[in-house]
Amino acid sequence: MAQFLQQIVSGVSVGCVYALIALAFVLIYKATETVNFAVGEMMMIGAFLGFTFVSIYALPLWLAAIVAIAATAGLAAVLERVFLRPMVGEPAFAVLVVTIGLGLCIRSVALMVPAWSGETVRITTPLSGSVLRVGSIVISADHLAVVAATAAIVGGFFVFFRRTRAGLAMQAVSQSQLAATYMGVRTRSISTLVWAIAGAITAIAGLLLAPIAFIHVNMGLLGLKAVPAAIIGGFSSLPGAVVGGITLGICESLAGFYLPEGFSDIAGYILVLVVLALRPEGLFGEKIQKRV
Amino acid sequence: MRYVLRTSYRQDTRLFKDGLPQYGWYLAMLACALAAPAFLGIHHVSQLTFVLIFAIAGIGFQIMLGFCGLISLGQAGFLAIGAYACVFLERRGVPFVLALPAAALISAAAGAALGVPVLRLKGLYLAMATMSLGFIIEEAAARWTTVTGGNAGMMVPPISVFGYRLGSDVPLYFLCLGLLLASLWVAANLLRSPTGRAMVAVRDSQIAAQSMGVEAARVKTKAFALSAFFTGIAGALMAHKLSFISPDQFTLAISIELLIMILIGGIGSLRGVVFGAIFLVAMPELLAELEQLLPGGNLPALRPLAFGLLLILVMLFEPRGINGLVEKAVDYVKLVPLYRKGMFARQRSFAKSERW
Repeated sequence: MAQFLQQIVSGVSVGCVYALIALAFVLIYKATETVNFAVGEMMMIGAFLGFTFVSIYALPLWLAAIVAIAATAGLAAVLERVFLRPMVGEPAFAVLVVTIGLGLCIRSVALMVPAWSGETVRITTPLSGSVLRVGSIVISADHLAVVAATAAIVGGFFVFFRRTRAGLAMQAVSQSQLAATYMGVRTRSISTLVWAIAGAITAIAGLLLAPIAFIHVNMGLLGLKAVPAAIIGGFSSLPGAVVGGITLGICESLAGFYLPEGFSDIAGYILVLVVLALRPEGLFGEKIQKRV
Repeated sequence: MRYVLRTSYRQDTRLFKDGLPQYGWYLAMLACALAAPAFLGIHHVSQLTFVLIFAIAGIGFQIMLGFCGLISLGQAGFLAIGAYACVFLERRGVPFVLALPAAALISAAAGAALGVPVLRLKGLYLAMATMSLGFIIEEAAARWTTVTGGNAGMMVPPISVFGYRLGSDVPLYFLCLGLLLASLWVAANLLRSPTGRAMVAVRDSQIAAQSMGVEAARVKTKAFALSAFFTGIAGALMAHKLSFISPDQFTLAISIELLIMILIGGIGSLRGVVFGAIFLVAMPELLAELEQLLPGGNLPALRPLAFGLLLILVMLFEPRGINGLVEKAVDYVKLVPLYRKGMFARQRSFAKSERW
């Protein structure tokens, strides 16, 4: 039993990272109907920027985190402005392909940075190594920090979407771009803002992941695990993304412990297929009906 | 856009709509392909063989994506099924002549079976579901060691046809060429058959197609199965070309490379598949040359950069890929005195939300 709970706890903390990436994914999808395949790469850039500022420029941890998050947000905004803006009005599939291309480019640029390529590194925090014991369950402080940060971000989003002008405008855009434009919402700036926020979230996810797992140039593939998370929750639901991410994390963790080797890598994908076969719109997604 | 001048009703259903000039070009290309091994070294013949194999896989993908509008990111899975099925059968003593079609059929059956649960999905959900399938198949190939040899991989026995051993160079090249021609012929004919037309109809508007009596689910299952069929053949040929198979030949990266190939070659056109395959094989070669010139460049980084940038540029400026460029060039030559600027300007469309 203790072992079971232990697995669940570690699943939740990894799941929170998935949840954050899935959140970025869903945020962009809701506001701009773009499926962003480059989220994983954005996370990778965030993590490596954090690593660079901490280890190479020796900035204090909090400052490095802020700079890395801001830089990733800026990068995401620039990418939206330069590559995605001209694609407005093109089929969703074409936009998806552009983001795949962006992901490839980001990864190869990261490979060209000498300090980044070919290295697996880790950010050590003051928390690293310390653990919390609850009964017979051991929770490392880093994992706890991930969960706490995720909870804070999700809470912050809740307030942002309900209380602020920009948040309300984003909700409007995500429901209908056309109607929002007619109501005076500046749809274009909103979509740049959405990308920036998504960039910031992925950077946070990367920074949170850095102390608990190694960071390397191909960690962007982890972003592809967030896609199942987004799907399980339903593409169009923000709480769904969080629930999906945590479900996925727990599922992987349990599969890694109880099932034969190899299942932990694909447990998430099996889960996705099952969910899609039973509920094609995801657990929390709205049912899509096409008007003729 | 290419407009075909129709002079008879039969022309619409003809395989070559333009008549003789097109035959001429195709025959010239075929002659070049047949003569190539006589002039080229082993390395280039080998690269050409890869072009042919990728083109066969591309036909499979084009049927799914270009004609039926089903986005798949799991093509590598079908490639793997075809390859492993063929090698497995051959190791059990089934001759290649039977193992290849059997592998293709197994792959097609897998495609139809896997297609059923994901048929209800549309667009991006489908992309995710097929991506998941691809991952699962890759992992299965790594774990089902009795059949696949696991992560260590497996040697592939050389092809023997009626007692003759086919080398993996020139004879395999001609085998692939023949199979590509056959595949192109089948696919071109498929397109003018009721099934092919139904696929295109489902792609353009599923609801409209359904109202006209097209059974969308059945058509999509057929598209899945046909796609898996061709991809399976390509997988089996690839296994024999490399004479070694292991699960890491069938990763998501391959699925994405096939997608890049289709998009850069030209979506929705069989000619585009061939252009795309040539691009996919020639690009790394060119990059390797380029790397010699650049002091700091390293190939593993250059290749995704080149693919990624080209993908973005194609999507931004020429969504119909190389084939679109070729068609424009041909039209330009035909129209030259009458050509005016803006003739090929794209029409701006408005975002059609997938939600409403």
